[in-house]
Amino acid sequence: MQSAQKPLVEMTQICRVFPGVIALDKVNFELLPGEVHVLFGENGAGKSTLISILSGVFPQTSGSLRLDGEEIAFASVADAKSKGVSAVFQEFSLVPTLSVAKNIFLGAEPMIGPFIDRRRMEREAKDLFRTLGFDIDVRAAVGSLSRAEQQMTEIAKAVHSNARVLILDEPTASLTERETETLFRIVKDAQARGVGIIYISHRIQEFSVIADRVTVLRDGKLIGTVKVADTTPEKLVEMMTGRAIGQIYPTIERAADPQPLLSIRDLHAAGVEGVNIEIRAGEVLGVAGLVGSGKSRSFRAAFGLAPIHSGEVRLDDQDVTGAPTRTFLARGVFYLPPDRKNEGLILNATARNNINLGLLFRPEIITATGVSVRRQNALSTAIGREVDLTDAYMERPIANLSGGNQQKALFGKGFGRDYRIYIFDEPTVGVDVGTRAALYRLIKNLAEAGKAVVVISSDLPEAMNLAHRLIVFSSGRITAELSGDAVTEANVLSAFFRTEGEAA
Amino acid sequence: MTGSVETTTENQAVAGFSPLVLLKQVFLRAGVLPFFLIIALLIFSIASPQFLTVQNLTNVARQSVYLVLVSLGQMLVLITGGFDLSVGTAIVLTSVVSASTMVATAAMFPDAVWLVIALGLTAGFLSALVIGLVNGVGVSFFGVSPFIMTLGVQSVGAGIALFITGGVPIGNLPFEFGDFFGFGRVFGVPVPVLVALVAILVMWIVMNRLRFGAKVYAVGGNIKAAHLSGIHTARTLFLAYIVCSLLASLAGVLLTARVESGETNLGGTIGLESIAACVIAGVSLRGGIGRVENVVLGAFFIVLVQNGMNVMQIGSYMQMVLLGSLLILAVIIDQLRYRMLLVRR
Repeated sequence: MQSAQKPLVEMTQICRVFPGVIALDKVNFELLPGEVHVLFGENGAGKSTLISILSGVFPQTSGSLRLDGEEIAFASVADAKSKGVSAVFQEFSLVPTLSVAKNIFLGAEPMIGPFIDRRRMEREAKDLFRTLGFDIDVRAAVGSLSRAEQQMTEIAKAVHSNARVLILDEPTASLTERETETLFRIVKDAQARGVGIIYISHRIQEFSVIADRVTVLRDGKLIGTVKVADTTPEKLVEMMTGRAIGQIYPTIERAADPQPLLSIRDLHAAGVEGVNIEIRAGEVLGVAGLVGSGKSRSFRAAFGLAPIHSGEVRLDDQDVTGAPTRTFLARGVFYLPPDRKNEGLILNATARNNINLGLLFRPEIITATGVSVRRQNALSTAIGREVDLTDAYMERPIANLSGGNQQKALFGKGFGRDYRIYIFDEPTVGVDVGTRAALYRLIKNLAEAGKAVVVISSDLPEAMNLAHRLIVFSSGRITAELSGDAVTEANVLSAFFRTEGEAA
Repeated sequence: MTGSVETTTENQAVAGFSPLVLLKQVFLRAGVLPFFLIIALLIFSIASPQFLTVQNLTNVARQSVYLVLVSLGQMLVLITGGFDLSVGTAIVLTSVVSASTMVATAAMFPDAVWLVIALGLTAGFLSALVIGLVNGVGVSFFGVSPFIMTLGVQSVGAGIALFITGGVPIGNLPFEFGDFFGFGRVFGVPVPVLVALVAILVMWIVMNRLRFGAKVYAVGGNIKAAHLSGIHTARTLFLAYIVCSLLASLAGVLLTARVESGETNLGGTIGLESIAACVIAGVSLRGGIGRVENVVLGAFFIVLVQNGMNVMQIGSYMQMVLLGSLLILAVIIDQLRYRMLLVRR
C-alpha cells in the first residue's frame, strides 16, 4: 500500500561535510504522507544533521532534496516552514517571557491592518489546545510553565502552522507516560490528516506503538530502513550500535548499610510538602514521579540549591539543614544536575576543562608553584577513561560533542573528589542506548563499591530497573516506597494516580 | 499543579486580608516603583510645603519630558537584551549639528525662518541616525557587545561634537525655534509635553499592537527562538538601536530649543538616568520584559526625586550619590522580587 503512494519527502544521496567531519555520507531517506517514520541512531550518528537539512537550518553539501517530487532548496527555517516543513527541536524555540498564545503565533500574528489582533490570537490558541485535548492557560508566560507544558506548546506551534511534514526531535524526553499518551494521540491525528511525521527518539518501546518505519543511521551512514512490524528492539539496537547489547540494565549487587548516610526529615520547600528520605551506602535509591511532582526539588532543597521552609537534613547524623552546596560537596555529596547545558557544563570550555573543574579542590594538584597543570591533566585523563570518554574528545569544546559524550564528561565531574553519596538527577536524559549502558555500568560500579546512589528519573523503566528501593513522588509527597518484587509498573503508576485522585 | 499553589496563596490573601499580604501582592505584581513613588511623595511633601503644589508638579511633568523620551528609546534597547550608553551623545550631537546648521543656513536664507529650522532639524536627526546606524551595525551585524559598542560610540560622538564647536555653545538660533519648541503652547499644552505624549502613544502602540513590538519582545526573550520563528533578528536589533537614537535625538531638539543654543554638555547623566528609569520601572536587564506605561512613570519618578531634592536644597553632588544608590537599590529589590516569584511557583 505504502509503496504505491507518492513520497512527500525524498532525500537522495545526501552528504553534509563540516570542517574535519563528514556528518552525513550518501544517506537516502523517504517519507510518505500519513506515515510516522522514526530516525534512530546513537548521538552523533547524523540524525540531527539530516533533520536540520530538511528543516532549512543549513543546506546539504551534495545530494538532492525533493518535496512532493519537486527538487527544492530551503533558504531558511522560515522558508521551509512556509513550504510546509515544521520542526520541533530538542531545544525549545519558545520565548519564555511571552505568553503561550503569542509564542504560537510568533512571526505569523493575525492582523487587522497594521495592528495585531490579540483577541483572535488568544481565541484561536484556545481552540487549538482544545482540539489537541490539552488544558493550558494561553495567557500564561511560557517561562512559568512546566517542561511538559512547554513541550506541548512547542508541538501546538508546529501543528498550528499546518505543516505537511512534522519533525519531532525527542518529543517524549521530558514527558511523563500520561503526557506521552496525549502526544501520541496528537501524532495519530496528524497522521490521519495525511501529515508525514519524522520522529526521533531513543525509546525503542515507543516504536511499536507509534511508528510505521524506522531508518537507522550510524556514523553518518545509512544502515537501513525497516518496517516496525518486521523487526524487534534487539535487531534495531544491533543495527544502531553495530553490535548486540545483551542487557541495557545491569544487575547491581545490594549491600545496604542499615545506618543511613543522609536522611531528610519532614522537609518542606517550594513544591515539597513534608518528605522523609533515607539514603544508605551500598544501595541504589530510585526516585520516580511525574514532572513537577517534587522529586527533583526535594533533593535540590536538601542539597542547598533551593530554600528550605522547614524540616531537617542530617549527614552522618549531624544537622546540615540549609548548609550551602559547597559544604555538601566538601563532605562527599555529589549532585548531577538534570539540565547539563544550563547547570552542568561550561559549554565553551573543553571536556577536559570541565572535568578539571571537578578537581579544583583536590590537594594533590597544588604544588609549591601553584596549580600543576600536569598533575591536573593526569587526573582528568584517568577520569576520562573511567567514564569511557574517547581521549580525542578531551580537548574538544564540549558544546561540539554529542549529548552522550557531554553526559559522560558531566559524570566525570563526579569522580573529581572522594564522594560517598551520588545524586543523579535524570542521568540519561537525551542520551543514546550505547551511552546509557555505559552510564548504568558506572552507576553499578559506584553502588557496588559501597557508595550511596540516588537515581531521580522521569524514565520509569530506568528508575525501576536500577533501583533496589524505589520511592514515588506525587504533588510534593512520597506516595509509595517499594522494594524487591513490589517494584512493578502497576504499583508505581497507581502511586502516581492515587494522589492525583485525592488532589482533584 | 502550579495553578493550585497559586490559588492557595490567593485564598489566604482573601481570608486573612492582612495589609501585609496585600502589600506583598502589589509588590509581586507591580514591582518596586509604586512603593518608591509613595515614599518619595511622603518625604518631600513633609520636608517642604512647596513640593506638593499643582505648580511644582506641573513643572516636574514638563521637566520629565526629555527623560521620558530618552527612556522610551532605552527601554526598547533594554528589551532586546542590550543597552545604549550613547543616548547622551545622540542628544549632544543633535544639539550641536542642528544649531550649527541653523546658524549657517540662516545666513543663506534670512527670510525663510521655517525652512532654516526644518533644515536644522533634518541635520540633527540625520546625525543621530548615524549614531543609531553605527550602534545597530556593530551590535546586530558584527555581534559586538552592546556595552562596548555604545560606550565607544559615546566617546566618538562626544569628541566630534566638541571638535565642531571647540566646546563653545552655539548661540544666535532663530527666535521662532526656541519660541515654539522650547516655550510654545498648542491648545494650552506646552509643545514639549505634547511631543512626549505623542511619542508615548506611538511607542505604546508599537510595543503592544504592532508586529515590530512583538519581534522586539521575542528577540530579547530568546533570540534563538525568535530566529527559528522566522524573525529577522539582526534587523530587529538594528532597528531598535536606530529608534532609540532617534528618540534621544528628539529630546536633543527640545532641549536645544529650551536653552536656545547648541551645547556640548546637554547629554550629561541622561544615559544613567534613562537606564535607572527603566530598571526602576521593571524593565528586565536580561531582556524580554518591560512596559511603556511603567517606563513613563519611572522617568517621571526620577525627575520627581531630583525636583524634590532641589526643593529640599540638597546639593547637586549629593544628588548624584543618592541617584546612583537609588538605582542599585532598585536592582537589588528587583532581584528579591524575582526570587519571591520563583518561590511562589
